[in-house]
Amino acid sequence: MIETNSLKQPLSLKISSSIFVVLWCVIASFPILWITVMSVKLPIDAFSSNPLTVIFGPLTSNERNYLSFQDLLFCTFVLTIFIKFKAKIYNFYNKFINFNDILNIIFFYIFTIILFYLAFKSFNYFIPVLDVLDFKSLGYTFEHYQTVWVERGFSIYFKNSVIVTFGVVIVSLTFGTLAGFALARSNSSIAFWILVIALIFRALPHSILVAGYLPFFMNSSEILRPILGDLAPTLFGKPMAVIAVLVAINQPFTIWLMRSFFQNIPSELDEAARIDGCSHFQAFLKIIMPIMWPGVITTGLFSFMLGYNDYLVTSLLLDAQNQTMVPAISGLFNRDTSTTDQIVAVAAAVSITAPLFLLVLFFQKQIVSGLTAGAVKG
Amino acid sequence: MKKKDFYLFIVPSLLMMFLFIAVPLAIVFQQSFYITQNVFEDVEVETCTPGFLKQICETEIQTKPKLDANGNIINVSVFVGLENYKNLLQIEKFKKSLYSFSLSEIEKINFWKAFRFTVTFCLITLPLVISLGLLIAITVNNLTQSLKGPVIFISLLPFIITPIIGALAIRWLFVGEGILTSLIEYLLERDIALFASAWTLELLMVIYRVWHVAPFAFIVFYAGLQTVNKETLESAVIDGANRFERLRYIVIPHLMPLIIFVSLIHLMDSYRVFEEIVAFSSQAYVISLQWLTYDFLTPDDTGNRLINRASTSAMLTMIGVSVIILPLLKRTWADYREGNL
Repeated sequence: MIETNSLKQPLSLKISSSIFVVLWCVIASFPILWITVMSVKLPIDAFSSNPLTVIFGPLTSNERNYLSFQDLLFCTFVLTIFIKFKAKIYNFYNKFINFNDILNIIFFYIFTIILFYLAFKSFNYFIPVLDVLDFKSLGYTFEHYQTVWVERGFSIYFKNSVIVTFGVVIVSLTFGTLAGFALARSNSSIAFWILVIALIFRALPHSILVAGYLPFFMNSSEILRPILGDLAPTLFGKPMAVIAVLVAINQPFTIWLMRSFFQNIPSELDEAARIDGCSHFQAFLKIIMPIMWPGVITTGLFSFMLGYNDYLVTSLLLDAQNQTMVPAISGLFNRDTSTTDQIVAVAAAVSITAPLFLLVLFFQKQIVSGLTAGAVKG
Repeated sequence: MKKKDFYLFIVPSLLMMFLFIAVPLAIVFQQSFYITQNVFEDVEVETCTPGFLKQICETEIQTKPKLDANGNIINVSVFVGLENYKNLLQIEKFKKSLYSFSLSEIEKINFWKAFRFTVTFCLITLPLVISLGLLIAITVNNLTQSLKGPVIFISLLPFIITPIIGALAIRWLFVGEGILTSLIEYLLERDIALFASAWTLELLMVIYRVWHVAPFAFIVFYAGLQTVNKETLESAVIDGANRFERLRYIVIPHLMPLIIFVSLIHLMDSYRVFEEIVAFSSQAYVISLQWLTYDFLTPDDTGNRLINRASTSAMLTMIGVSVIILPLLKRTWADYREGNL
């Protein structure tokens, strides 16, 4: 490839485009960062109209806990070290222990921070000059989180969320991989029409479907009695019913995504296995699935997000004791009576976001590949 | 793949979609022509109040809901034809206000109010999402390699966040004396109340939605930019095309299928606008079609759910869906015939 001058960017364009990227990053992260900051402050600080008061929380640091300027200095110091010498520190540890999985890496970070902290403290012990810097600067309190998780029952909602979310992921992956494989390997017109119908289903607003379930779910024990006898359950309010509903809602997207991943695996591979005497199912299980894991993880992530993020279906179909976290938050922010209640709702919102944040942290590549899988080929 | 194997693989997924999507759709369609009412009966009630010398007794006929053996209220479903649709659409009133060109009159009918908002919302957010996504993709593509990862990570945050939580985060920035409201008030030097009028609420919803969806557009376009043919770009340079012309005549046409794809997905999703209404508590000013159905389904103070009305509004919502889905189906059909699917 030739490097021509005109392909290079003029300085003005470079500067303006970097300013734009920085601006976008600020806009993208600001609301999330801001509610995180608010959630660890007392209401008066959190709802102050002065942004500096919200960030530093003078009242919070007086009445609750605080990080001193010294601590902040230490944090910045450690962060800079990490960013600058990441590879070197990593290699240094690698001589002693083999870091090859995520847990080890987390352990490595924690260990290094503790080491730095001890070094810092002992340094301060011998040269007490740094005590001058030991003034209150950043107030924080975790009392709102305690209120949310202990008093407002978020620990129960969390458990319910885990049940619903993992139920959705497991069932929808099992059904989705099977269907996706069949659709990818079939050229029949039936396969095409199934895909088209799935596309139509993908576009349906979920409230339409809920309007169809509600009367049946509420009276299901009476309706199903002739078939199931006394075992007939009332489906309304049951996590199992909601899992089934969310799996069905998610199925169209799942089979499209799975299909596009399976198409990337050459069909010669399972044909070879078939020649060696495997059945279709054996070829699928023993040859295709082992190389499909990236695709399965990606699809699983999207099922996870659908199950975890859903508000509409869970709020209408689950009863109070089976409520998941996301609909439960509406009970918090509607009590506009006191500012404390609002900060409690903010803390709940941050609690709900935290698992998703970890998801992006560990699975960024898979999410990106899932977003582009259906689109880029076409 | 043999037919039998094909069906064995696909049957669980099909069964789920049939039971939980196709069947409810049919039920909703049927419900929209019925009204479920309590059965009332006229009961003669004698009420006596103690009076001087003699009790004063009055008999009157009261209408009471009929109870079955267990003490539950008996419901019956009555076929009413298009009555539900008429009630929801209020055609007469709608026509009248249409002839007199008064938008505020139309806004008084809940369905048309929701319809108006949903459609304008889709149409306003669409160009914003596409252009912002394109802009981010092009600028990020120019960054040095080491910065791309972190920028993509940060960009994914608004997309991955639970919709209702994202909308709440925006709400807390602007509500009451929220930090950004304070900033705007400082700049304008007057008090503003963003949550007390329809247009400001709609503006906030548009801002939230663009913030939430632009990352998706960005990621898709960014992936598309990686496949732009370098040689075509170079020959364009040799032919004297400047930066803007290269973008206009090479990059954008190359991305066109992706732009259409993102547009259709975005229209589908923004037509379902719902979480914003809940998070901004805007039902007094702004409502959407999906929220309208949701509201009918939510039990009222007496625990009743207006299932039939919900079904009717759901069926009317479907009409809009079909308008959006048609171009997508057309595209899929074309792909299929060309063997690209």
